[in-house]
Amino acid sequence: MKYIDDRKVISTMKPRMARNMIFRSLFLLATLFGLLVLGILLYRILSQGLGYLDLQFLQSLPSRRPEQAGVYTALIGSVWLMAVVAPISLFLGVGTAIYLEEYASKNVITTFIQINISNLAGVPSIVFGLLGLTVFVRALFLGTSVLAAGLTMSLLVLPVIIVASREAIRAVPKELREASYGLGATKWQTIIRIVLPAAIPGILTGAILALSRAIGETAPLVVLGLPLFVAFLPKTVFDIFTVLPMQIYNWTSRPQEEFHALAAAGIIVLLSLLILLNTIAVFIRNKYQKRY
Amino acid sequence: MKKLSRFILILLMMSVISACGNGDNNAGENDNNGNGGGGGEQLSGNIKVDGSSTVYPIMEAVVEEYGAEQPDVKVSVGSSGTGGGFESFAAGETQLTNASRPIKDEEKQKLKANGIDYTEFRLAFDGLSVVVNKENDWVDHLTVDELRKMWLETGSPKKWSDIRKGWPDEEIKFYSPGTDSGTFDYFNEVILEDKPMVEGATLSEDDNILVQGVRGDKNAIGYFGFAYYLENKDDLKVVPIDGGKGPIEPSHDTIQSGEYSPLSRPLYTYASNSAVKDKKEVYDFLQFTLQNAGDFSEDVGYVRLPDKEYKKDMDILKGLK
Repeated sequence: MKYIDDRKVISTMKPRMARNMIFRSLFLLATLFGLLVLGILLYRILSQGLGYLDLQFLQSLPSRRPEQAGVYTALIGSVWLMAVVAPISLFLGVGTAIYLEEYASKNVITTFIQINISNLAGVPSIVFGLLGLTVFVRALFLGTSVLAAGLTMSLLVLPVIIVASREAIRAVPKELREASYGLGATKWQTIIRIVLPAAIPGILTGAILALSRAIGETAPLVVLGLPLFVAFLPKTVFDIFTVLPMQIYNWTSRPQEEFHALAAAGIIVLLSLLILLNTIAVFIRNKYQKRY
Repeated sequence: MKKLSRFILILLMMSVISACGNGDNNAGENDNNGNGGGGGEQLSGNIKVDGSSTVYPIMEAVVEEYGAEQPDVKVSVGSSGTGGGFESFAAGETQLTNASRPIKDEEKQKLKANGIDYTEFRLAFDGLSVVVNKENDWVDHLTVDELRKMWLETGSPKKWSDIRKGWPDEEIKFYSPGTDSGTFDYFNEVILEDKPMVEGATLSEDDNILVQGVRGDKNAIGYFGFAYYLENKDDLKVVPIDGGKGPIEPSHDTIQSGEYSPLSRPLYTYASNSAVKDKKEVYDFLQFTLQNAGDFSEDVGYVRLPDKEYKKDMDILKGLK
């Protein structure tokens, strides 16, 4: 009796290897496509905008003369917005995730809440803008302040954070929790000392996605009625302000070519800010990942 | 990568610098209102302006220069559109609102219901320019009637040959500003007379998209503000419009003199009377606006009003005080 028929193996080997090659190149193409488009975009923006990008651009106010225009108040405004959105959305998002995963009993109501949260992640951002206008700007008399915009943006990115945090918390091995209980720890002690540290990498991945979205969104802020030209910086969260994406949007819709280049320079600044924020998050994530 | 890290460093430094700067500004906060209305008086306060994105570039220039005169008056300018501007104006959230068309009746009623008296000021002229593709060699001019025939919905696709005999038997492609814009409102009022526009038209809130559309299609026609034509005049062909007195091409002079009719439109700002009366800084800001609107509007691609119009507006403003 022969276990391996050499001829048969050779005859089936070729198509199997070929199939492997086909899928390999297909997936490589899929990866390259995205990279290529990103590369073209970056090249276009850099070649268009680098000429306007200097310290003066970062320190100046918008101007009718392109060579004097800058993004000073918009850049600082975006930083302010992040300073409000990050703590609020993380606290609410992670808190909700912990409750749903650790405390809530699995019944119809929690399932209903979960489905709704997942659906909320797909709601167009402009709807959140309308919500913010009605609730924060008008009903709570916050006006177009940093706080009103920050709360609106927090709501917008909340579903992403909740979903990512829940996945991360669920992925923490059951044995870790049981070991903790076995040593006499309470639920809260287990959550704060065992579950959260183990889940932080996953939570931060969600937070990166969420904050990247919040910093680039324009539509909800336009609906809130955020001004475009603000010549001063906010001193508290109740002051009015403006953000980078709004300034970029305005510049791209101007007739003069020079303003389109300014928009590109603004995009480079926005991207840098985004990379900076994400670097911090990735740094924290890596630090915690080493512990397990 | 090196460049990037340097850039990040700059960003970090910027935020630190700005955080430090914050404290110092407080010193100038207190009201140092003297009496007497001299130009040297230092005012302070907040002024909120919103409204048309078409008028925004003029206001941007005004605020930019006004900051040097009155650094303690904090002006913010939005561009949520003429309609959106009137909405927050009626809610009392802004003291001034810009508009690229006159106020509508329903907006007047809303203001009245909220007890807000207002005054209209004109800042500049814009000429809606009707453009076709550079390769379009058949259109030499259009009458207002022909424009209307073209742009009104009739239920069937439109061909150039339907508009005038001898023009090619090819379908017209339409490009129009979005229905939220004051530019559309003005065209709607003057040409369409409030009847529905052709359904196949490509609408965009960004006039640069319209420029691209007309540039890339031989059978296209579109309209937008004069500044957009001026900036792209090598790639587009502007259509002289016959409003009853022969075909007139939009240009700086024909728009200013009113010859280019009916598509010349004034750009406005509306001010709340009580704000002008009670807040010195609003009055001062408006005065500065009217003094400089002519120069600034030319700077950003619009056409100045005749000087006597600004004088007239200035007298109205003085009457409000």
